[in-house]
Amino acid sequence: MKRTPLLFLNVIIIATCGLIYELLAGTLSSYVLGDSITQFSLIIGIYLFAMGVGSYLSKYVEKNVAEKFIDIELAVAVIGGFSAPLLFLTFAYVSYFGIVLYTMVFVIGTLVGLEIPLLMRILKDELDFKELVSRVLALDYVGALVASLLFPIFLVPKLGLNRTSLLFGMLNAGVGLWATWLLEPLIKNRTLTVLRVKGFVVVVLLGIALIKADSLTTLAEDGLFMDNIVYAKSSPYQRIVVTKGKTGHALFLNGNLQFNSFDEYRYHEALVHPAFAAFAGEPKRILVLGGGDGLALREILKYKSVESIQLVDLDPMMTGLSKAFPALGELNHHSFDDPRVRVTNGDAFVWLDTNETEPFDIAIVDFPDPNNFALGKLYSTRFYNLLKNKLKPESSVVIQCTSPLIARRSYWSIIKTLEASGFTVKPYQTTVPSFGVWGYALAKMQPFDQPTKPPTGIELKFLNDNSFASMFEFSSDMTVPDGEIEVNRLDNQALVRYYETEWRRFEQ
Amino acid sequence: MNNWTRRELLTAFLGAPFALAACRENNARRFPDGEIVGQSVEVGHILRENRVFEVSPENWKDVKVAIIGGGIAGLSAAWKLRKENLNDFVLLELEKDTGGTSRSGEGQPVGYPWGAHYLPVPFQENTELISLLDEMSLTNGRASDGSVVIKEEYLCRDPEERVFYKGRWYDGLYLHVGESDEDKRQFAEFQKQVDYWVNWRDAKGRRAFVVPSASCSDDAEATALDKISFADWLRQNGFTSERLIWYCDYACRDDYGLKLGQTSAWAGLFYFCSRVRKSGEESQPFITFPEGNGRFVKHLSENVSNNILRSHMVVSIVPNEMGVDVVCLANGELRGFHSDKVIYASPMFTAPYVIRGFRDKPPFSAAEFQHNAWFVANLHLKDRPKPRFAKDFPLAWDNVLYESPSLGYVNATHQKGIDYGPAVWTYYYPMCHEENGRTKLFNFEWRELADVCLTDLARAHPDIYDLTTRIDIMRWGHAMISPRPGFIWDNERQKAMQPYRNIYFANTDLSGIALFEEAFYHGLRSAGEVLDRCQT
Repeated sequence: MKRTPLLFLNVIIIATCGLIYELLAGTLSSYVLGDSITQFSLIIGIYLFAMGVGSYLSKYVEKNVAEKFIDIELAVAVIGGFSAPLLFLTFAYVSYFGIVLYTMVFVIGTLVGLEIPLLMRILKDELDFKELVSRVLALDYVGALVASLLFPIFLVPKLGLNRTSLLFGMLNAGVGLWATWLLEPLIKNRTLTVLRVKGFVVVVLLGIALIKADSLTTLAEDGLFMDNIVYAKSSPYQRIVVTKGKTGHALFLNGNLQFNSFDEYRYHEALVHPAFAAFAGEPKRILVLGGGDGLALREILKYKSVESIQLVDLDPMMTGLSKAFPALGELNHHSFDDPRVRVTNGDAFVWLDTNETEPFDIAIVDFPDPNNFALGKLYSTRFYNLLKNKLKPESSVVIQCTSPLIARRSYWSIIKTLEASGFTVKPYQTTVPSFGVWGYALAKMQPFDQPTKPPTGIELKFLNDNSFASMFEFSSDMTVPDGEIEVNRLDNQALVRYYETEWRRFEQ
Repeated sequence: MNNWTRRELLTAFLGAPFALAACRENNARRFPDGEIVGQSVEVGHILRENRVFEVSPENWKDVKVAIIGGGIAGLSAAWKLRKENLNDFVLLELEKDTGGTSRSGEGQPVGYPWGAHYLPVPFQENTELISLLDEMSLTNGRASDGSVVIKEEYLCRDPEERVFYKGRWYDGLYLHVGESDEDKRQFAEFQKQVDYWVNWRDAKGRRAFVVPSASCSDDAEATALDKISFADWLRQNGFTSERLIWYCDYACRDDYGLKLGQTSAWAGLFYFCSRVRKSGEESQPFITFPEGNGRFVKHLSENVSNNILRSHMVVSIVPNEMGVDVVCLANGELRGFHSDKVIYASPMFTAPYVIRGFRDKPPFSAAEFQHNAWFVANLHLKDRPKPRFAKDFPLAWDNVLYESPSLGYVNATHQKGIDYGPAVWTYYYPMCHEENGRTKLFNFEWRELADVCLTDLARAHPDIYDLTTRIDIMRWGHAMISPRPGFIWDNERQKAMQPYRNIYFANTDLSGIALFEEAFYHGLRSAGEVLDRCQT
């Protein structure tokens, strides 16, 4: 029987699978925990050590080696195969993610470490030792090369982490099942059937999971985002997705990009500092409406004079994520841990309407674009009048106002709405590569001169005197368009209709 | 009590095909708690017993004016008396709360209506109503053309309406989706007819349709419309489009609780024309509050809180040489008021039962004032139903089901901008689809009516059973006056507006249409007449 070459093929597959699980764990943990050097280093270390433990333990397997080998194959298939989906779920639902991660890596490593010594013992009767060691180990490393090439080039970009994990689990189980035929002479007849049933069950389970992988992050959703989804969960208010790609992390709410870590500083510096530049004196009390990612907070906390920041964001899951998701926490400089920050979760419209507070010096209004009526009300004259009640006469406000290039009418409708609410407005815009040209409004309740440079003594990556001044210039394709532009009121919601018409042109 | 099966019940209320489909589904659903609320039913029985009411001498009091009924008409009359410094009056209300069909409930996160729930912004000519709005701080001055400016937070927030048709929600009330060219032509033609009547003026320069209806022209061209039903008028004008007919039928059911064929064409056109100032302009926007017109009730009641006696059932009104004696039953005790004048602000059909001598020589035919029956359900939801399609039109203020005999539901949290979490929905069902709707309505218990409501709403919101924590129901036996053909421009209305032996009638019934503005008008009119007499 020519089973030896086939068993060598097994070695390659086993080796590939083993390394894939290791790479999956490393990638996944660096996605969700950040700091990829530490994560990969820890995962590789624990994994290799566990393989050593497995090799050592192999000596305790004395009888029925072939049978045990197949059992171990199936165990690796189950644990390794389900590792990525399980880790994603763990991250979303439990707080001791690290423990689960490293335990899982250790268990997979141990089982994989058992595989090669056992296989060598099965093959030892058919080859002499010199030949055996040279072939098995050589093929083991070939498998490693196959895995490390496939993983970044094909698997992660095309399949994503979950499907890769499940697919290799199936491959592993397939090898186990196949081995029941290859090693048939070495296994007792009764056990053989049991093993085959087990193997079949594992393949089917993983197969179902592969099909059902949609329920975790849908295939459509995976296709929607260019990068890998590292966090996806629906709160009662929205679908939150975090992706990780070459350029960094990105946050999506209901499929709309909120920021990309590689250029968000442009957006947030432009959002925060003009309001401070326009405020005479030392701003102490700051109001942030929206901005649950904490990135505006990061900019505000650069000011020593700030004594308190009240942030009102609809979704506790969003603010919670920004605090606890390591990559986001790193990006917002852990601003949610700052004692000056107070978070209230609620609809800003209702909050302004029902809460009594001391007036604020500066308000930063950073809501998602007005693409539905519930958001549209946050850009209405009623809303801005409610906001005015929470300000001092000298306070300054900045509002994010969607793109004046793509949604020109929407942009100027917001400006007009602010003016109709009694604000003096200085419109400005900047370019954020991942968004395009983006618009804001700087507003005060009394007439004021447009600020000419950013506040001094603040560390800035994007804004300097030149870029600051140029933000207030509008090219001809972004100035107030011809035709009547309606003020957005609660009882007409004109803005939502403008916005829909203007952005629909860019939908498929 | 009746022993209908569930299928019979649902067939009667929601139609056979739908009832069959609903009964085929699993019945073992979670059913929310709730109860029948409001409305003293025993009052009718006591009145019909023809008892003699002897009031002990120490229980008599003297007042200048007694107002019977604390709905909008009675409260408005009281508001006017107080404004003119006549404070020696009582307002006797049968129920434990004032408000009549504008009553509301208190709750979390917001209050909710039990009946009337909006007021179209009045034309600038309606100065007295506008002065009430000013007094309530609902206004923000006047526009350059003199029209009143209502504060944004009290104007119905967009989106106002949506309609559910064949599994999906669409923007607006008129169903545009799937319109044929003929539908479009007829809809445009209908708008033209409305425009004609909006612009129409009689020889004296009066409009055909305006609020209050007392200012409407009595020119024969306009009043002839009252002789036929709205259904006939549509037919005579060549309107056959199903969706246009539905739209007009919905308007009649919504404003009058009547079907198209039961409504006077004059009343039907009044709905479409009376709130449009000039042709081509939008209809007047709506003033609304989470608790609906309960906000007006609260303001008007607080204004005269010392004069209001609640849970006082007027059992006998005796006009005599001195004035009018009013006897009422409160906490099992009879109390009497010797009054100079009475403002009778209760529904007109009750007059013969309580006014002594009315039956012997009726000043008008009370039986001509016919009312329809409704039931209103308030559903307390722990959360909003999930949209079934990503692009489904979102929850609006008024949510209408095209294929249902109900009027759909109004979302109380809408006006406060509360778009997430718990909500209160008010579901309206006019009993105009059957003969004897009123008798039938009172044969049904809470569980049966709640079943009708939930089954109806489940066609659009399958998760309604899980989301509803409580459903309370009010049965309105006499909800609204019915503007049947021939009623509005008939003489009985005119006769009833004349005082009868120091009793002045004031109720929206006198307009033939049940509207806040009409009740307010008659309240002020009767109070004005009483004041004139008291001063001379």
